[in-house]
Amino acid sequence: MTRTFTLTRLAAVGVLACAAPVAADTIAVTGATIYQRSDHKLEGATLVIRDGKIAEVGAGVAVPAGATRIDGTGKTVTAGLIEASTQLGLIEVDLEESGNDGRFAVLPTEIHAAYRAVDAYSGRSVAIPIARAGGVTSAITGPSGGLVAGQAAWVSLGEGAGPIAPIAPLRAPVAMNMSLGRDAMAIGSRGHTVERLRELFDDVDNYRRNRAGFERNASRRLIAQRLDLEALLPVLDGRELVAIRASAEVDIRAALAIAAERRLRIAIVGGTEAWRVAAELAAARVPVLLDPTDNLPGDLGAVNVRDDTAAVLARAGVVVGISTLGSTSAARTIRQLAGIAVAQGLPWQKGLAAITEVPAQIYGGAAERGTLERGKIADVVVWSGDPLELSSRAETVIIGGAVQSLATHQSRLLDRYKVLHR
Amino acid sequence: MRVPVLVCLALASACATPVVKVKPEQPTLDVDESWVDPAGDVPPRTRRPTQDRGAALHNPAAPAIAIRHATIMTATGQTIDGGTIVLADGAITALGADAGVKVPGGAQVIDGTGKFVTPGLIDAHSHLGVYAAPGTHATDDGNEASAPVTAQARAQYGYWPQDPQISRAIAGGVTAALILPGSANLIGGEGFIVVMRPGRTTDEVAFPGAPRALKMACGENPKRVYAEKGGPRTRMGEYAAFRAAFNEARAYLAKQTVYERTRALWLKKKARAAELDGKQTNPRLKVKVEPAPEAPPVDLRLETLAAVLRGDVLVQVHCYKASDMAEMVAVADESGFQIRSFHHALEAYKIRDLLAARHIAVNTWSDWWGFKLEAFDGIQENAALITQQGGRATIHSDSAIGIQRLNQDAAKAMAAGRAAGISITDDQALRWVTANPAWVLGVDDVTGTLEAGKRADVVVWSGSPFSVYSRAELVIAGGEVTYDRKTGLLPSDFELGNSAIERAR
Repeated sequence: MTRTFTLTRLAAVGVLACAAPVAADTIAVTGATIYQRSDHKLEGATLVIRDGKIAEVGAGVAVPAGATRIDGTGKTVTAGLIEASTQLGLIEVDLEESGNDGRFAVLPTEIHAAYRAVDAYSGRSVAIPIARAGGVTSAITGPSGGLVAGQAAWVSLGEGAGPIAPIAPLRAPVAMNMSLGRDAMAIGSRGHTVERLRELFDDVDNYRRNRAGFERNASRRLIAQRLDLEALLPVLDGRELVAIRASAEVDIRAALAIAAERRLRIAIVGGTEAWRVAAELAAARVPVLLDPTDNLPGDLGAVNVRDDTAAVLARAGVVVGISTLGSTSAARTIRQLAGIAVAQGLPWQKGLAAITEVPAQIYGGAAERGTLERGKIADVVVWSGDPLELSSRAETVIIGGAVQSLATHQSRLLDRYKVLHR
Repeated sequence: MRVPVLVCLALASACATPVVKVKPEQPTLDVDESWVDPAGDVPPRTRRPTQDRGAALHNPAAPAIAIRHATIMTATGQTIDGGTIVLADGAITALGADAGVKVPGGAQVIDGTGKFVTPGLIDAHSHLGVYAAPGTHATDDGNEASAPVTAQARAQYGYWPQDPQISRAIAGGVTAALILPGSANLIGGEGFIVVMRPGRTTDEVAFPGAPRALKMACGENPKRVYAEKGGPRTRMGEYAAFRAAFNEARAYLAKQTVYERTRALWLKKKARAAELDGKQTNPRLKVKVEPAPEAPPVDLRLETLAAVLRGDVLVQVHCYKASDMAEMVAVADESGFQIRSFHHALEAYKIRDLLAARHIAVNTWSDWWGFKLEAFDGIQENAALITQQGGRATIHSDSAIGIQRLNQDAAKAMAAGRAAGISITDDQALRWVTANPAWVLGVDDVTGTLEAGKRADVVVWSGSPFSVYSRAELVIAGGEVTYDRKTGLLPSDFELGNSAIERAR
């Protein structure tokens, strides 16, 4: 392990320590329909949360004395939703440069492996309470653009402990964001992005072999900077997930080929034409994060679109996650996106999993989040009804065992303008 | 004998220019020449073959269809459980409870048990066909961003009726839409009201007899586009430019009005002279009439704006902020036109009293916000608050993705309103995507609700249109089936032999 990597790990541990939830009361949600896992439904069940964790779940669970009781009768309880690919906390207002971080030019020369979303992440983003009020309790936020955009972080969207304390990131990094094809280059050659990526990986090898020479300035010219090369070591060791943005079939195939060559752990993000590669993705156990509304022949390189990509992939055995794929303002819509995928043939349980368990699995946090099993961190949402249905709302949002305020910029505006004063 | 020509003397004082200058002392050798009407030599401009409004209600090619045992949501305030609706010749001929509606012999009968029937959805803000897919330079026909005022441009000129996005919108239950130029320009040009169906030419898909629409845009977009291209680069410059454009149009209109009056008088005078000449037996004493007044030059840009001032064009304005909308209302008041509706209008709730009082409709989304600073204060209760105020709200898309699920967007806006304690009925929410956009487009007399005598624009849904799980199963526009879920999407010309649609079937 390199020194830099150690430091990164230390930073991450420090950050995790800061993220410890506020000592919360014991909470019991009673009499609810509880999805302990997406495929495991309990009726009339009780969920007990203690010390920020799921303590008990079941039909016959007793409510501990002194627990804060939430009547779940007629409600549906799920794990908090996880927005699997976003720029929350990095991009405040899309069109404003001043509120814009981690968005690099769409050019294959852009290599920012050392960029860390945690360094730029603002837990004070106005978009975070809005996502939270929509039942999104954590998110994987990261940079975009270029060949290698940099390191994504998994952030909790819970309120900070104190009035100004930032909402600390959970883990950093959870993935290296990369792109192939049109997502890596606005104009130019698709093949060139693949060639650039191979060259970059060769340079990382060279750097690893010749670090001493590199320090003495006795190295051939490498296409990336030192810290970027360092940051790619765990990727090439297969220890860090690569989230590869790829839409066209040809780019997805290239991603699979490179992953096989270099034994990378990858996920496909985008996947407009992924259904054309479903068998190969399943065989390689590569998950796909997609937006099920992506059904238009958007560019000449990816016209093989269909409405039911999520369902086709799932039938083929591919693990499917659902996300806005980068929006900050629309994070709360992921449950509608899951519902749309269900309407297009994805089984309901897989729809719920796509915004809870699957992101947790893909990003290596399934032991802590994504389901309501004992011992997991208590990210919990009490819904007025079916969480994927448009008429349902998040009534209670619990993050890290703490009941969250659902006040947002928008709810405050509504309060101000509900009655017009003049 | 001297012939006193008195034509129009009485009126002459009212006219801006003297019109009678008969010189009877001076006989002329070639009197007819001076009577030539220069305007009469120019072939008249013909209008495009857009049919009259009546054609919207009559389509001999449309089959007779009866949908039975369905929940019929009429968007008139009434929902019929266990109802039947009959369509024939492109119009709704009957609807009501099953027992009360006779199905004509020969009609195709569709069992609507468990299904919902609504009016065809209407999108008051779309760029389909002008920002077509695939999104290439070649298909980028939405913004004539060569000058801030291009009122002469028309979405119809650029609309590609084989845009692959159209079939997806139809599968979402859309039967009509207002296709607008983009918002790069202050005045981008005229919109185009289309029937949602693929076609060979734009005239084939024009909504019969629909009124004209003008797209204007305020706020961030025009100043971003023109900041380095000669301006405007601020909102100050934008509103000055709007005023300047309409001042120009007012002057143009005044010139035209003067010309038309002058010409009318001249024609009368000529007729009178001819009448008198007919009685004149001495050819040397023919009457001479001054040359016809010269028509002012035609300026297509100002023609459109003058038509706005005449009230012939429905004005559709892209604005987000309350302060911008109020300033546009001031521009309209000063210039002398009415704004039909604001589009996007995320802050409309802040001035909903003003908008409702002036009968300005609001086209918005359920939950878009924050993608730019002027969209920072968008709230999900916007449409509900407008409705509560007695204003007219629609849920629009401005998106080739969003247009596929207008019903879902309405459902979200309804849910948000109800959660805030605002009473919104299903019928009111349905009107956000049917009757109200029909009004915005000026076609509410023929479509937007399910009533006998209205156009057969109808959707059969697999379940409640407000459920995320429901799908349009049958879409009928003008009596013709434009989508049938059993047969799937109709591929556009572009997609034949080229895309997933056919292979995926």
